[in-house]
Amino acid sequence: MSILTADPPTAEVGDDQLTHRSRGRQVRNAAATVIVVACFLIAIVPLAWILFTVVSKGFHLLLDVHWWTNSQQGITARRVGGGAYHAIVGTLLQALVTAIISVPIGVLTAVYLVEYGRGKLARVVSFMVDILTGIPSIVAALFIYALWVTTLGLNRVAFAVSLALVLLMVPVVVRSTEEMLKLVPNELREASYALGVPKWRTIVLVVLPTAFSGIVTGVLLGLARVMGETAPLLILGPYAKSINTDLFNGFMAALPTMINQDRTEVLQPALDRVWAAALTLVLLILVLSIAGRIVARLGAVKQ
Amino acid sequence: MSVATPPADLLGDGDPHDPASSGPGDGASTGRLGDRLFAGAARGSGLLIIAMVTLVGVFLVSQAVPSLADNHANFLTSRVWDVDGPTLRFGIADLLWVTVIVATVAMIIAVPIAIGVALFLTQYAPRRLASPFAALVDLLAAVPSIIFGLWGIKILGPYVLHAQGWIETAFGWFPLFSSDTTINSAGTIFLASIVLAIMILPIVTALSREVFAQTPNAHKEAALALGATKWEVIRTAVLPFGRPGVISAAMLGLGRALGETIAVTIIVSSLAGGTSWSWSLFNGGETFASRIANNAAEFDSPQKAGAFIAAGLVLFILTFIVNAIARVVIERRKAFTE
Repeated sequence: MSILTADPPTAEVGDDQLTHRSRGRQVRNAAATVIVVACFLIAIVPLAWILFTVVSKGFHLLLDVHWWTNSQQGITARRVGGGAYHAIVGTLLQALVTAIISVPIGVLTAVYLVEYGRGKLARVVSFMVDILTGIPSIVAALFIYALWVTTLGLNRVAFAVSLALVLLMVPVVVRSTEEMLKLVPNELREASYALGVPKWRTIVLVVLPTAFSGIVTGVLLGLARVMGETAPLLILGPYAKSINTDLFNGFMAALPTMINQDRTEVLQPALDRVWAAALTLVLLILVLSIAGRIVARLGAVKQ
Repeated sequence: MSVATPPADLLGDGDPHDPASSGPGDGASTGRLGDRLFAGAARGSGLLIIAMVTLVGVFLVSQAVPSLADNHANFLTSRVWDVDGPTLRFGIADLLWVTVIVATVAMIIAVPIAIGVALFLTQYAPRRLASPFAALVDLLAAVPSIIFGLWGIKILGPYVLHAQGWIETAFGWFPLFSSDTTINSAGTIFLASIVLAIMILPIVTALSREVFAQTPNAHKEAALALGATKWEVIRTAVLPFGRPGVISAAMLGLGRALGETIAVTIIVSSLAGGTSWSWSLFNGGETFASRIANNAAEFDSPQKAGAFIAAGLVLFILTFIVNAIARVVIERRKAFTE
């Protein structure tokens, strides 16, 4: 039926009269090709440039074992040394708490949309997920500020940051889980129902395991998104130089705020640490998103 | 033959009128406790999401209103932002202008390139390389925005500053390109737009790629059968088919650009209070998001926080509208193609 390939052979062979193309059309065709390829190259340049910058400026500090084991406590901008342990721990902890809250909400919402939802309510839920997808992180942070600090009168702590990040992570989990659940063949569900298995056990034991890799992918991509967010940290999670693992007390460092803290610094030791923290953050996020892609490829639902 | 048993009774002992048991879906629920609990949890999560978005709106409004009521300047048209003194005076005219112009210039740069990249990935790239190439562009979306900001001001900035010089010399007569500015660092609206363009590129590309890839082969083959060149196939079959998808992708990118915080905060230099108005792209300024971020440490009184929350509310409404338009456009397309 469709024999369309990258280069349609029909255009080159055959009667010259039939396939004749005027010079102008050929030129326009060639120009389009050049422009389209150029667009792709232009798009790749910033990626390569950014990665080159963070690696070349930050790599040497990452080779030092102290970077991974020490905090910045007692280190001034003038002094060399210290590490990013406090910020790495903070970023991972906040991301973990965010995931613990977001994943059940996100997966159950996707189950609702695919397995149960019909009619108006489902359309409204779907629309609201879209709105959440587009919500700027600073607005999410302001909302949690209005709720947590102004209304409830609580302090700015890491847990509040996680709450703001939940708003940003849930839509990612919902959308990717939804896509995967739609791919699960209906025959699997019908076979299960035919054996008399209740619908909820069918979903938990048959549908969700089949879509498992897709759900994991969504969670990893969602984590990658929230780990790099800075706005909620600015508003809800002030930077601290020392290690703090208590989500409800005191300030907790995170990699984005560690970068933000010293980015206007002119002293070289502090600047080096800014780029090294940037590289650490990029590495964390790249590993997560590449892992997400690999899981997606390995466990894709086979039709 | 004459006994017709309702299927709901066959499957379980539940009340067929219970919405959870005779589920509106495939009628596979048994109405047992487990089924009702699970369906309830799923529906509850959906309701929770509706509640979240509603609460965002409600809380922002409730916190913004007292400050807006105390505001002694016109909120929409005033250019002052004085929330430290005993009398609140704040307006969003400057913020709205910078937010909209930064995002618009970013779109003007990003959308054509994104369309080009999407065409390259779907129509030109060898099939085997298309998906690794696409993954490469997608990786751009994985770079955190604070890194974009850092790289933008420290590395890209000096180059763009040169380019600005040329543009000023050549097109300085045009208000947007005039040298009528009070800053001489690289931290201009123009640089922020370029960096934002790079940041929204992967989003716009990914969605455009999806719609271009769905162009029916029959359309393309029809164009080829008429002797069209590759470019003519794209112009007559691929682009018209993909147009609603591209518009919706661009709107989503715009939504992202309007709300982007830290990259803009890092890049654009804030202007001193009372600086005279300038149309120039080569000026500094603040967007809604960057104004809020720049002052995040100073939310000490509810009054003061309220002023910033009012700005956040406007940003929320702005992105809400843009995202809703994106959704409507893509929904209409679905109605036509299915």
